[in-house]
Amino acid sequence: MLSQLKAGWRLLRRLSGDDAYERYLRHYAKCHQSDCAIECHTPLSKKEFYKQWQDEKWNGVKRCC
Amino acid sequence: MNTQLNKIIWIAISLLGAAAVGGIALNRGEDINALWFVTAALCIYAIAYRFYAAWIAANVLVIDTTRATPAERLDNGKDFVPTNRWILFGHHFAAIAGPGPLVGPTLAAQFGYLPGTLWILFGAVLGGCVQDMVTLFLSTRRDAKSLGQMARDELGPLGGTAALIGTFFIMIILIAVLGLVVVNAMKHSPWATSTVAATIPIAMIVGVYMRFIRPGQVLEASAIGVILLLLSVVAGGWIDNNATLRILFDHEGLTLAWCVMVYGFAAAILPVWLLLAPRDYLSTYIKVGTITLLALAIIMLQPEVKMPALTQFIDGTGPIFGGKLFPFVFITIACGAISGFHALIASGTTPKLLINERDIRMIGYGAMLLESFVALMAMIAATVLDPGVFFAINSPAGVVGALEIDAVAKISSWGFPVTVEQMQRLANQMGEASLFARTGGAPSLAVGMASIFGSAFGEKLLALWYHFAIMFEAIFILTTLDAGTRVGRFMLQDMLGNIWPKMGKTSWAPSVIFTSALVVSGWGYFLYIGVIDPNGGVNILWPLFGIANQMLAAIALSVATGILIKSDKLKYAWVTGLPLLWLIIITSSAAWEKIASTDVRVGFFAGANDLVAKLASGSMSPEKASVAPQLIFNLQLDAWLTVFFVALLWLIVFDMLRVCGRYLAGKPVPPLSETPHRPSRWVEDWVRD
Repeated sequence: MLSQLKAGWRLLRRLSGDDAYERYLRHYAKCHQSDCAIECHTPLSKKEFYKQWQDEKWNGVKRCC
Repeated sequence: MNTQLNKIIWIAISLLGAAAVGGIALNRGEDINALWFVTAALCIYAIAYRFYAAWIAANVLVIDTTRATPAERLDNGKDFVPTNRWILFGHHFAAIAGPGPLVGPTLAAQFGYLPGTLWILFGAVLGGCVQDMVTLFLSTRRDAKSLGQMARDELGPLGGTAALIGTFFIMIILIAVLGLVVVNAMKHSPWATSTVAATIPIAMIVGVYMRFIRPGQVLEASAIGVILLLLSVVAGGWIDNNATLRILFDHEGLTLAWCVMVYGFAAAILPVWLLLAPRDYLSTYIKVGTITLLALAIIMLQPEVKMPALTQFIDGTGPIFGGKLFPFVFITIACGAISGFHALIASGTTPKLLINERDIRMIGYGAMLLESFVALMAMIAATVLDPGVFFAINSPAGVVGALEIDAVAKISSWGFPVTVEQMQRLANQMGEASLFARTGGAPSLAVGMASIFGSAFGEKLLALWYHFAIMFEAIFILTTLDAGTRVGRFMLQDMLGNIWPKMGKTSWAPSVIFTSALVVSGWGYFLYIGVIDPNGGVNILWPLFGIANQMLAAIALSVATGILIKSDKLKYAWVTGLPLLWLIIITSSAAWEKIASTDVRVGFFAGANDLVAKLASGSMSPEKASVAPQLIFNLQLDAWLTVFFVALLWLIVFDMLRVCGRYLAGKPVPPLSETPHRPSRWVEDWVRD
């Protein structure tokens, strides 16, 4: 029961984008360390990331009739 | 054993589905339970998804589950992100389902419940779902390119330009008609107006919270927003009962139209985080929540459908919009059966998140099935009303007369009895001053939803349910309105940037203000005319929107058919070719009627000439005569716009046929732009070399 609730909560967070920053950090850890020689910068702060994420999300046709 | 059981189950589903469709189609003169509609829909969807969609995926598209998708290859943690199929289904559905599938079926219910229901069911499984799924597939195979880009690459520059221009115009018409729906819902209703107005500061509070107070805490902020929204519905009732406050929100349609335009302009130039993004969050929660609630209520309550299967208005004399059953039912219900707009989401946005081609069927085909179901629920909500009440709410004063007593006499004379007392009682229950001539579909949908919710969850709260339903419709209509204005602004800036590069800079303030003003005045013009039109405006704007939307669908299906033929799949080209042919037939014949019909309520030129004659003979009342010149100009403009849409449609169809003809004759054509196969790293059974 508890695990189901937790899964539901994770689903809700994922659907709403609540966990977008955590996912970004995971992506960063996975992809930016192995080939760090190419371009290396520290990960964005939560505020910075969120700003970019939101602006990008609204670029283009995102909603229908 | 298992396969046999499987067979038996599918045969049972088919029989049940056939019985339900037969029951709906053959029922005459008796009330029919809404559960039959739900049963028919679920059986048809199940069969179509299990067999037709699976067959298309396996044989026509030849889905390759070992192939890396753009989300895997181009993963950047931001816009290209591999996303779980259920999450992506949610995102995709939230993006495609707007107010369209709610408004269209409500208007089309004037023909009776049958034509709209059949078109919603069969149009979706054979047309709309196929379009969405194939477009999603093609864009996934092309690095998530947009529909316009694919048209340019695969057919040539003509197709690409037509898609771009088509998208821009459909946006203008769409926003105008949706604006009109909101204005008509708020007209002289302080409760509705104050609730809708409150959604703006609420969205801003949520926006500021997500940006500065607790950055990125989306759920927290949204929860606050949803609670505030529900409170605003209650507060609206309180304002409505307060004599001093209520006049602040009691306005004519025209005043409200100007407010909507100012709002649209502000929303297009304000930063997205302040208004657009938070409003979208709120509208998505409210939308998904309300639709679920409505489905539950219909299943719990099992209301009787009171509208006859067919009404006499199939002959074209309908009060809500003029025009015969064919082709106008197919134009009126675009979203929910087949909607070209979806192709814009299915290309460009969703493919960037797709983890595996295996999910294309569920997301492309499945999400559209769900939207079709939403349209069906709107149809149920419209047809459970007494037909007399339905027509009294939706018939414009220009058709049934401005006096209540005339309106009920006229509607009762059609065989749909209704009385002034009945309408007044209903208006009192819903907390409105009057429900006569509240055109646009939103009020009648809200009455239908309120009566379903009221019966299922408590009769006393009817007025609250009604205004909740109005808020629910208004909040995502306004989201479409500001998102659309913004997209229109970007497209315009992009186009003007070709002439004067500085205009193309999306952050240069003069360009932002200029292009936003241009887009707002584009839809604002049609909204203004719609509001001053004594026939309600919906009669003109909704068919125009339908034609434009179906034209966009035809562009998407042309691109798909062209690519199928170029991929040597001529024998499967009918999968997209037949829906395309049907769209060409209905769009062209609807356009022909709108241009050439001599019926003044159908033909634009006929309507204009009629007004010219009346104006010249002096038989018009002074107030009507004062707006007549504008209406005449507008009708002529609408006629030319229709000509333009249909010309664009034929242009792209011929371009597609030209490319296909050349290909089949062995002449050079633009090559397939499919990205080369790269194996997915996530597929375990793929053996590394």
